[in-house]
Amino acid sequence: MTVIDQTSAEFADPDRLGLDRRLRELEAHAIFVIREVAAECERPVLLFSGGKDSVVMLHLAKKAFEPGVIPFPVMHVDTGHNFPEVIEFRDRLVEQMGVRLVVASVQDAIDEGRVSDPGPTGSRNRLQTQPLLHEIAKNKFDAAFGGARRDEDKARAKERILSFRDMFGQWDPKNQRPELWRYYNPRIRTGEHLRAFPLSDWTELDIWRYIAVDDIELPAMYYAHEREVVQRDGMLLATSAVTPPLPGETPFVETVRYRTVGDMTCTGAVRSDARTPLEVLTEIEQSRITERGATRADDKFSEAAMEDRKREGYF
Amino acid sequence: MELLRFATAGSVDDGKSTLIGRLLHDTKALFDDVIDAVAATTARRGGEGLDLALVTDGLRAEREQGITIDVAYRYFSTPLRSFVIADTPGHVQYTRNMVTGASTSDVAVILVDARHGLREQSRRHAALSALLGIQHLVLAVNKMDLVDWSEARFEEIRAEFAAFAEQLHVPVVTAIPLCALDGGNVVDPSPHTPWYQGPTLLEHLETLEIPTHDHDALRLPVQVVIKPAVGSGAGPTGERRWYAGSLAGGLPEVGDEIVVLPSGTRSRIAAVEGNAPAVRIQLEHELDVSRGDVIADAADAPHTVPQVTARVAWMGEKPLRTGNHVLIKHGTRTVKAVATILHDRLDVTTLEREHGVDELALNEIGTVTFITAQSLPVDDYATNRTTGSFIVIDEVSNGTVGAGMVTLEAVPA
Repeated sequence: MTVIDQTSAEFADPDRLGLDRRLRELEAHAIFVIREVAAECERPVLLFSGGKDSVVMLHLAKKAFEPGVIPFPVMHVDTGHNFPEVIEFRDRLVEQMGVRLVVASVQDAIDEGRVSDPGPTGSRNRLQTQPLLHEIAKNKFDAAFGGARRDEDKARAKERILSFRDMFGQWDPKNQRPELWRYYNPRIRTGEHLRAFPLSDWTELDIWRYIAVDDIELPAMYYAHEREVVQRDGMLLATSAVTPPLPGETPFVETVRYRTVGDMTCTGAVRSDARTPLEVLTEIEQSRITERGATRADDKFSEAAMEDRKREGYF
Repeated sequence: MELLRFATAGSVDDGKSTLIGRLLHDTKALFDDVIDAVAATTARRGGEGLDLALVTDGLRAEREQGITIDVAYRYFSTPLRSFVIADTPGHVQYTRNMVTGASTSDVAVILVDARHGLREQSRRHAALSALLGIQHLVLAVNKMDLVDWSEARFEEIRAEFAAFAEQLHVPVVTAIPLCALDGGNVVDPSPHTPWYQGPTLLEHLETLEIPTHDHDALRLPVQVVIKPAVGSGAGPTGERRWYAGSLAGGLPEVGDEIVVLPSGTRSRIAAVEGNAPAVRIQLEHELDVSRGDVIADAADAPHTVPQVTARVAWMGEKPLRTGNHVLIKHGTRTVKAVATILHDRLDVTTLEREHGVDELALNEIGTVTFITAQSLPVDDYATNRTTGSFIVIDEVSNGTVGAGMVTLEAVPA
């Protein structure tokens, strides 16, 4: 995909490259939500996966409290099947930002018998809910910031910016608090908690434009690189100890990048030559497949896969 | 690029889901995997091609019942603008969702079926939009194919709606004849309406002037007070506290005279940082300023009042009665309050007032006076959507049970 000429022409427009009215509004709104929740909740935490949305969230949290420090820790739900470069990136960024890291470990949950072991190569994606809720309860977190966006999925399109969770971590989509104007009501009772989604109104394109404009560093796997993969379920899956080639599959080396970062067993790569945020932007603008559709096996199960997981307390 | 937020109102029967599906489809906002999924579901239900209404089908319960329960948000953009659609359900029991969707919108698109013309719910949607301060209504006259694209029929509906909107004092009203099913006049012009010279729905949304809601005088509800990090190497002003918030009016500049409300202490702005509207400022004097205070233009300040009167859209299951204790969140301050006077109830289809009422039930709207535990710095809702609004919170359930729009006019008891 050679689109360099088109890229430079499109981005010659200062409106595209600068922090235009739309991005400025989205940024200001996200900062507003982060400050409201931090001010009104006792013990917020920011869910941090190392993925681009959570990196943008951390960046916005920093901006919200400058020149002070980010007044809450970050939490990573670690499936134990992460891309190693994402873990390295996570540790470096957390250190740089001066925030405390809490790890909710799926491996610990398996070892302690809180969830059943899907086997060495089974998907641990759906197992993230238990350790997430476990760690929220253990640390008495009353609000968890997430980087979810409403354009990702139709169940998310209905979710509030402050999403209420009952004592069991469950979401009730039919009984949500109305959100009027820019008023957010974070009041809860002990044992209940909130999920806060400051990026609700952002689209995948907005995220990339913001990354380009603010020069935000991401794990290198978001940009084109060579990797050994196999073709599986219509996706390119990286080969690794937890994702060995199955009988009949022949691994091959391909120039790829990732559009989302998740568990290695269910996150696929896409063929790409995009090596910079601007090249990625151009590529996405021409892409005809949603990021979850392209690269996440976990959302392909049923029409309501995300809705069902969210009801149980998933991100 | 500019951002336009619009609410869509109308019932499933009016073809609202199809219209939104059509807008997303024809602006190429739908990705291939979404289109494939819609095609598969259409086929499974015995249909042919693409049933565009399925695009906005959200929750399982909605698919089961074939209705829209809750506000859903959709996103698309064109080379000219990007759009956020607040898709609100039509039934009367969902008035609170219509109010919620309209509260963040610049424009309301109200859908009617050309065969049925204006119905009670069309009037309700227009009235609620007007109440929420929306200055621009678009009447989408859908299913024109079912009335043979009749100019006379369209003109009849347009004239009736224009007269009604005038009663509501909505300044800008546009009517567009269209057919969501075949796409005529949604994104592309219809070959069936040579008599119609106006824009398609999308052209109109791309070019209409986006109203600004907040006025020019400085309003900064303080969200957080930030102390610079220890050892941050801050300069001479670095030891001062920063007051951070989102501007609800004006642009602060160094040297501006300000007043802190409700205390009324005065100072000048010493420094401003951040991308407006998310800013932080320092003041020349060390004052006692905390979360909930409003920093305002000293020459044009809000009214600091011990009791507040507002049009209140009630959203709680339990009705509001005089004597009820509630919490009011105004700007960034939450205070205890008690409802002292219930002046009237508004007919949500005409905004006419009914006096002598003793409660406001779910989905009803009325004029209410609350005495608040602390004075609140308010503006009239018509002047400022932020300092002129508040939400009502139930102290026991913690639910959001009401939306208030402040009126500074004298209201008969």
